[in-house]
Amino acid sequence: MKLVIINYGAGNIKSIQFAFKRLGIDAVLSNNPEEILAADKIIFPGVGEASSAMTMLKESGLDKLIPNLKQPVLGICLGMQLLCESTEEGHTKGLGIFRTKVKRFSNDVKVPQMGWNVIKDLKSNLFFGIKENEYMYLVHSYYAEHCDETIAKTDYGINYASALQHNNFYGVQFHPEKSSLAGVKILQNFLEL
Amino acid sequence: MLTKRIIPCLDIKNGRTVKGVNFVDLRDAGDPVELAKQYADIGADELVFLDISATLEGRATTLDMVLHVAEQVNIPFTVGGGISSIGDVDALLKCGADKVSINSSAVKRPELVNELSDKFGSQCVVVAIDAKQVDGEWKVHLAGGSISTDIDLFEWAKEVETRGAGEILFTSMNHDGTKNGFANEALAKLSEALNIPIIASGGAGNVQHFIDTFKEGKSDAALAASVFHFGEIPIPDLKKELKANNIEVRL
Repeated sequence: MKLVIINYGAGNIKSIQFAFKRLGIDAVLSNNPEEILAADKIIFPGVGEASSAMTMLKESGLDKLIPNLKQPVLGICLGMQLLCESTEEGHTKGLGIFRTKVKRFSNDVKVPQMGWNVIKDLKSNLFFGIKENEYMYLVHSYYAEHCDETIAKTDYGINYASALQHNNFYGVQFHPEKSSLAGVKILQNFLEL
Repeated sequence: MLTKRIIPCLDIKNGRTVKGVNFVDLRDAGDPVELAKQYADIGADELVFLDISATLEGRATTLDMVLHVAEQVNIPFTVGGGISSIGDVDALLKCGADKVSINSSAVKRPELVNELSDKFGSQCVVVAIDAKQVDGEWKVHLAGGSISTDIDLFEWAKEVETRGAGEILFTSMNHDGTKNGFANEALAKLSEALNIPIIASGGAGNVQHFIDTFKEGKSDAALAASVFHFGEIPIPDLKKELKANNIEVRL
């Protein structure tokens, strides 16, 4: 199993690498197109601001490479949001894999949402063995609206898509690498897809 | 629904836990990694490490500790203490810390909050505020509470929110160490004035104090040290009690 974590300068990828190491997988951090294309599975991480993350992707040409990947790809947090059509954060155009838009939470709730919330209406092999209303750790100010590709839902002022899937592309808003044993199970499921 | 968070705080010096820790089943109570793992296993929602090392060597050891915590612990954690530059934060995040907490350095140079949130995102910038109520007014204190200032707690909290802080960790010096409960009045006022999460700190002594700070203090999270380290309040029991009192927690 060759697992690549796309390293384009956005966010804390050490935690993701460590989470896979605990599962016995040595993930490679890379922004090298050949290395990414040769991987069996790919993690597309991202923490931080959307428009600067997209700029970094463009600078390394990864904005062209990622949408054409054929292997299972898992976008985490901002990684998931960048796979959507667009995000209100920095008025950023996304990679357009998931046919939905990312919006900012309204000020009726505290922003960012920070902490543990539940995921429900689970609909993918990614959630094999995960029970409804399982807790996941989330930190985000923007959320993806529901679409046909929603595979998990969460409530925070509004009901939104906390996970999405389109063909080989998966995206989760929460941080499985920080979500205790249930998070580990989701990463394991991804490895077994 | 987003749950209320329970956060044990560990004081770290030269890569070791310093405050008395008396945990059963620990081979080495001074080892922060082992303690962190244990806390993650019993249902702590997050951890805070406060580095009180006075020397550069001590800080380097802490960085190494952060790496080991990230390697072995699968819940989020914050590191605070002595952080005053983008470089400090970059090093901690690269070692796997999820958030950093800044305190005195933000008061000395408030632009630091903007710089950190612009560079790393506000989700990882916690501003810790130590304050003391004197003659009815809450004043910010620095350097672990030893230096008083004329800065008003609520104005300062609002300012750091505007500058991009993602969360406030408020410690009441009037309550810290008393075990008489959290500063719920001030906490509720903060929570109403701000639109970012507030962590209550200082005063935890029994389960009722946690119930009160979530209900009356409107806190989003509660932090404590000794009541957890000495097993006075086991976290699983605490969370069950909170749940029984209709407070949403992760069980």
